[in-house]
Amino acid sequence: MKFITEFRRSELAEGLISQIHRKSKTPVRFMEFCGGHTVTIFRYGIRQILPETIEMVSGPGCPVCVTANADLDKAIALSQIPEVIIVTFGDMLKVPGSHSSLQKVKADGADVRVVYSTTNALEIAEENPTESVIFLGIGFETTAPTIAASILQAEERRIKNYYILSMHKLCPPVIRALLDSGEVKLHGLICPGHVSAIIGSHPWEFITRDYGIPCVVSGFEPLDILQCVDMLVAQVENGESRVEIAYRRGVRPEGNREALKLMEQVFEPCPTEWRGIGEIPDSGLKLRKEYQHFDAELAFDIDPGPTYEPEGCICGDILRGVKTPADCKLFGKVCTPEYPVGPCMVSSEGSCSAYYLYGGDFEG
Amino acid sequence: MCLAIPVLIKSIEDKEAEVKIGGITRRISLWLTPEAKVGDYALIHTGYAINILDQEQAEETLRLLKEIAEAEEKD
Repeated sequence: MKFITEFRRSELAEGLISQIHRKSKTPVRFMEFCGGHTVTIFRYGIRQILPETIEMVSGPGCPVCVTANADLDKAIALSQIPEVIIVTFGDMLKVPGSHSSLQKVKADGADVRVVYSTTNALEIAEENPTESVIFLGIGFETTAPTIAASILQAEERRIKNYYILSMHKLCPPVIRALLDSGEVKLHGLICPGHVSAIIGSHPWEFITRDYGIPCVVSGFEPLDILQCVDMLVAQVENGESRVEIAYRRGVRPEGNREALKLMEQVFEPCPTEWRGIGEIPDSGLKLRKEYQHFDAELAFDIDPGPTYEPEGCICGDILRGVKTPADCKLFGKVCTPEYPVGPCMVSSEGSCSAYYLYGGDFEG
Repeated sequence: MCLAIPVLIKSIEDKEAEVKIGGITRRISLWLTPEAKVGDYALIHTGYAINILDQEQAEETLRLLKEIAEAEEKD
């Protein structure tokens, strides 16, 4: 058992596909919240293989895509301070802010470094004691505990020149905001697998209780997605709405208690702005009072100036599941992965990037 | 961005483990999974093990999918 190839076996996929076709009678729209799921669905042509009764829409589950321009502008403003090293995951480099991107300011001489893990960011801080190292904290509940762990390690190792810019976002509140807006009608939700590895499956129960929408937590291999769709179809056809886990090897109902404990120790919920969606209460994370000396926004005085969105870009509508990349005039013409205009084309998990790489459901 | 991959834990020292990813040996952090043991498969995200994979559950899922495939073939 290596936990990868076993979940790509075509003969098992055929069984699931056959069962889904046989059982699915009611026309439904399912949303895959997570950008990682979007990639699996496109890479394996899952949309095309499902019966016509099932429409799939992509959700806002890509942390790079939903980072507000104002936050990106803050990161860029921080990079202009002398003796500051900006440390980030590579995903953020090409995202255009209001006036520039981290890649552009890096080319112009700002010290912007890409790391794979916060453990590398701590090493950079230790190696450069006279400089201030600011880590760009983006990500959902999957990533936030790793940032919390880095803060606790910085304390333990007495690293005084490590800061974070907290742009973390929480998934359940944005799903509630989407459902409350009534813009997109859903009959089932594919819940994010690795967010659920941390928070468990219980935090999704409000979706079944308050909105009557079936929820299934999925893994990221093609069999995981097919099994998840099969379970959603079964719930719809039986008139049920429950939270189920199709990714039992990776997700426990109670989540990862140690990770949740560290996250709660370091962070507390706060309102935050989502690109294309707006401000949502308690959907962000800020450092608790005891850890505020790690907060880059409090430690440095910056004025990022006014923000603006690129003209013609409909990433906001795409993130809400209201439009698809096929509706965008810029898609594939002005906006490509090499020269992205909007964040959904930058991130490999953005809807526009997935459409561009694997072909979407363009009709004429 | 929430990408996490399954890797085999080869050895453990304090809160760090040695794993092999695509033939390359890397050190990962066990801050979030203190229960990790040598021989476990962990889900790795940005250099941290975020969960230990459950072998029994994986086998159970595959057994269920095999049953579906066999039943569908007969239909």
